[in-house]
Amino acid sequence: MIEFDNAAVVVPDASGDGDRVVLSPTTLTLPEPRIAVIGANGSGKSTLARMVNGLVVPTTGTVRVDGLDLRHDASAVRRAVGFCFTDPAAQLVMPTCVEDVELSLRRSIRSGAARRTKALEILAEFGLEAHAHDSVHSLSGGQKQMLALAGVLAVEPQVLVADEPTTLLDLANTRKVGDLLLGLRQQLLLVTHDLELAARCDRVLVVDDAAVVFDGRPEDGVAHYRDLVAS
Amino acid sequence: MTTTGSPAETGTSTQAAPMRNARSSGTDIALIAAFAALISACAYVGAIPVGGAGVPITLQTFAVMLTGCLLGPVRGFLAVALYLGLGAIGLPVFAEHSSGLGVFTGPSAGYLYSFPLAALLAGFLVKYVAGRQRTRAIVVFACSMAGSVLVIHPLGIAGMKLYFDVSWHEAFTYDTPFWLGDLVKTTLTALIAAEVHRAFPRLLERDRAA
Amino acid sequence: MSQVLVGLHRPGTTLLHRLPVGAKVVGLGVFSLAVVLVRDVRASFVYLAVALLLAAVARVQLRSLWRAARAILLLAVFVAALQWWWYGAAKAIETLVDLLALALAAVVLSTTTSVNSMLDALVRWLQPFRRVGVDPERVALAFSLAIGALPGTVALAVETRDAARARGLSRQPRAYLTPFVVRVVARALETGDALHARGITDRDEAAGNGARQE
Repeated sequence: MIEFDNAAVVVPDASGDGDRVVLSPTTLTLPEPRIAVIGANGSGKSTLARMVNGLVVPTTGTVRVDGLDLRHDASAVRRAVGFCFTDPAAQLVMPTCVEDVELSLRRSIRSGAARRTKALEILAEFGLEAHAHDSVHSLSGGQKQMLALAGVLAVEPQVLVADEPTTLLDLANTRKVGDLLLGLRQQLLLVTHDLELAARCDRVLVVDDAAVVFDGRPEDGVAHYRDLVAS
Repeated sequence: MTTTGSPAETGTSTQAAPMRNARSSGTDIALIAAFAALISACAYVGAIPVGGAGVPITLQTFAVMLTGCLLGPVRGFLAVALYLGLGAIGLPVFAEHSSGLGVFTGPSAGYLYSFPLAALLAGFLVKYVAGRQRTRAIVVFACSMAGSVLVIHPLGIAGMKLYFDVSWHEAFTYDTPFWLGDLVKTTLTALIAAEVHRAFPRLLERDRAA
Repeated sequence: MSQVLVGLHRPGTTLLHRLPVGAKVVGLGVFSLAVVLVRDVRASFVYLAVALLLAAVARVQLRSLWRAARAILLLAVFVAALQWWWYGAAKAIETLVDLLALALAAVVLSTTTSVNSMLDALVRWLQPFRRVGVDPERVALAFSLAIGALPGTVALAVETRDAARARGLSRQPRAYLTPFVVRVVARALETGDALHARGITDRDEAAGNGARQE
C-alpha cells in the first residue's frame, strides 16, 4: 500500500530567482497490485515514482509505504521498496553478474559461500545462470535489465518501482521484461511510455504538467493520455 | 545540452536534510569510482591529436586535474588516489598500459604521487576561491594551473632528483619538455570543467565527505 | 576491450604464483629500495639478472617483458643520454639498467598476482585503519565500482569520439571530451541513485539517523 498525503516537490529555479514546481500537492491511496504512471517527459511522473523510495523527498506533505513514513524510517522504506532504473548499465555496479547480485545480498546473508549459492539460484530464476561469471558488459540490453531486476528483487522488497524499465529495450525484450514485471507478487508501480503495458495494469495515473490529471481504469487512462497528446 | 537535462534535474531535487547524508554518500562513492575509471580510460586511450597541427597530447594529467576541478578537494583527492590504487593492484591504467607497483618506484613516481595532491589543491581553489565563477574557463584555468605548477612539477622534479641522484638544476631540465603540453592540457581542462559545471551546477555541493 | 580488465595477470602454478601477495609486495618494495639506494653499475647488472631470473621462474611471457620494457624505455633513453653527456657512460648505463630491472620485477608481481587477490589483500591490510575512520568494505566497493566502470567508460570514450568524428570534429577534443565527461557524470549520478535505492550505502547512515530497524 502506497499513500501520498498532500505530497509536493518544489525546487529552486535554475536561474536562482523563484521556485519551480516539479509536482504539485498530490493525495493518492494506492492499494492495487499493479499501478502504471504515464505522461510526457518532464511531466513529473519520475518524481512521483522516486518519492516512493526516498530518492526524492517531498518538500511538503508525506509519502508512506505500508504505513512507514520515509522521513522517519528511511532505511526501512528503502528495504521495502526496490527501484529499477531506465538504463540498466547505470545500476549494474559490479564486474560480473553473480557479484552484482551478491552485492544486494550483502546485508542479509553474512557468509560468503551462502551468498554465492543464493545469488546463483536467483540468476537461474531470471534465466541468467549461464552468464553468472560473465562481465556484466558482455550482456545484451535485455539481459542487463533482467540482471538489474534480479539484483533489486534479490532482497525481496514488498514494492517494486520501475522507472521506464523498457524504454531502452527492443520489442522482444520489452515484452519479456514487461511480462516479468506484471507477473511479480510484489506490488508494482510502473512508470512507462509503453501504453500497451500500462493497459495491462490495474490502475493508471496520468501525469501532466506537474500534476496527476487522471486516475482510474487503465483503458480510460490510456484514452485520456492519447487525447492529451493529440490536443 | 538537452540530453543532460534529466540527470541534472534529479540531482537537484534532493532537498530535505535527513536524506542528504545517505543519498550523497552513494553519489559520492559513485562519482569517485566513475572518475577513477575516467582517468584510467583517458590514460588507456593514450595520446590524442589537438588543433590544426594535430599535436599529440596524453590525457592522463588532463583527467587528473579535471577530476579535482569537478569533484572538489575531498572527492577529487579520493578519486585520483583510487586511480593510483587501480594501477597498484595490477590494472593496466597508467601511461603506455603499464601497471603495478613498479611505477610507484620508477623515475616518474614523483609525478604519480603528486596527482592526488594536485587534484586536492585545484579542487579546493575551484570550490572555495572560484565559487560561482567556476563556470568561467579562465578562472578554472588559474586553479588548475596552480595545482600543476605548485604540486605536480615540484614533486615530479623531486622524484627525478632522488631517482637519478642528480642536482636540482638537472632534474629541472628533465621536466621542461613537459611544459608546453601542460599548457595545452590545462587549457583543455579549464574549457571542459567550466562547461560541465554549467551542465551540473550543483556537482560541487555534494562534496561533504570526510 | 576485455583487456582493460585483465591487465597483466596470467594464471599459473609456479612458486611465485603460490607465494602470498603480502610477501611479494614486500619483496618488490625491498628490491626497489635496494636498486635505488645502491649506486653502482655492477650492482645494477646483478639486479637485472635477479629480475630476469624471477621472470623465468614465473614463466613470464617474453611479450609482457618487452611491453613493460618499452613503456619505460623512452624516458630512460632520454635521461641516460643526458647523463652520458654530463657524467659519462657509467652513470648512464647504471640508470638504464636500474630502470629495466625495476620494470621487469614489477611485471613479475603483476603477472603472478590476480587483481582480485590484490584487492582482497588490500582490504585485509586496511582493517587496522578502521579506527581512524577508513571503512575497508567501502574502499572495496569503490574499487569494484571503478573496475566495473572501466570497460563501460572506455566504450563511452570511443563512442563519443566516433560521434565527433562523424560530425568532422575529430581535431577538436573539446567537441567530444565535454559530452564524454557529461555522460560519465550523468551515469555516476544515476549509479549513486541506484546504490542508494538498493540500500547499499545504508549501513553508515543508520547510525546518524536513528532509523535502523533490524
